[in-house]
Amino acid sequence: MKQQRTMVHGVILGVFCLGFGALLAVTNSITEKDIAARALEDKLNSLSQVIPDSVHDNNLVKDSITMKNDRDKEITVYRATKEGKVTGLAYEIYGSGYAGEIKLMLGVDAQGKVLGVRVLAHKETPGLGDKIDVKKTDWILRFTDLSLGNPPVDKWKVKKDGGQFDQFAGATITPRGVVRAIKEGLEFFNAHKAQMLGGQ
Amino acid sequence: MTTEYKTIVKDGLWENNGVLAMLLGLCPTMAMTTSATNGLGMGLATAVVMAASGLLVSIFRSQITQEVRIPVYILIVASMVTLVDLCMNAWMHELYKVLGLFIPLIVSNCLPLARLEAFASKEPPAQSLMDGIFMGIGFTLALTAIGAVREITGSGTLFADASLLLGPAFKFMEMRLLPADSGILMMILPPGGFLVAGLMVVGKRMLDVRAGKAIQMGGAHSAA
Repeated sequence: MKQQRTMVHGVILGVFCLGFGALLAVTNSITEKDIAARALEDKLNSLSQVIPDSVHDNNLVKDSITMKNDRDKEITVYRATKEGKVTGLAYEIYGSGYAGEIKLMLGVDAQGKVLGVRVLAHKETPGLGDKIDVKKTDWILRFTDLSLGNPPVDKWKVKKDGGQFDQFAGATITPRGVVRAIKEGLEFFNAHKAQMLGGQ
Repeated sequence: MTTEYKTIVKDGLWENNGVLAMLLGLCPTMAMTTSATNGLGMGLATAVVMAASGLLVSIFRSQITQEVRIPVYILIVASMVTLVDLCMNAWMHELYKVLGLFIPLIVSNCLPLARLEAFASKEPPAQSLMDGIFMGIGFTLALTAIGAVREITGSGTLFADASLLLGPAFKFMEMRLLPADSGILMMILPPGGFLVAGLMVVGKRMLDVRAGKAIQMGGAHSAA
């Protein structure tokens, strides 16, 4: 008798799992296409911030290659082309901030000049380190049009370390991480130029 | 056993408020109240889930046996959360970009679970739906209030980015009350959350005492 009752509970729980599982499966299949479309739009939107629409006529997401960065992490390199010629590249770069990793998207042109850079994700202190976000201040915009050599490589540091980039009052570690990440990102471009600009 | 609608409304909004009286769901309360807009968004998403899961549990309340009720409740709450998450991602994407982060957090909120156990498992569907809605609104009000205090003192703004959450028509809500950089940073960091939430609980109890009411001690099983 006791065993039978246990069975009943098991069956009830099983039926509920089956029912709600089915409900979720149906919802998933209905929303799947829309969600994928939205994710693609988001990607294109964030890419268009670091690669101006005027320099390319292709679909950045379709024309991408996968590479390993210096930290052995797989990154996707999005390639902007105009009339078949590569005009720009965009890829994710990583810096270490005050509270963990800072993820950025860097756009460079074929000569290694910064087209734009934006913070994608960070965990920096609100009010101090989060000024790297373009929504808070325009600090990050100062990197546009710079390259290794302009300023000279040894000036790619925050002012406190003898470089030329402003830190924030009360926060040095965050901008230091960002400056270094961009510098490393540009060095990565210089080292792998052939592969990134070259064939498919 | 049926509770009057009036009692349900009063309980949800004030008497038995999820955060201020029962002290439940404090995890999202602390994490999401760095601004009034965040508190509002988290509260509204929670209210939707609470209403839907309350209704469902109440409909199936005679089928759900005592022994397996907790896993079934969790299953229902988790399913509703996933459902809301998927639908919003697909069809309300702008809103999702603001709220998306908070929605999975609702599963870890013990307030919906507590209301299912204490209310929806005993009451008819209409009452349970109402309870979910008004408990949810009460939760929203508490979170928005805590968020507002933290935002004003911490960043000097009120309802910043509300137009992202509610649409461009609500741009008028975005206010700057104090000059930039005059905020007390601590208020938008975790200690500020504990401080403000604690003061709000004290404030509610003081008002109750003044009104001559007996203080209800916190807990999921205090009168449903």
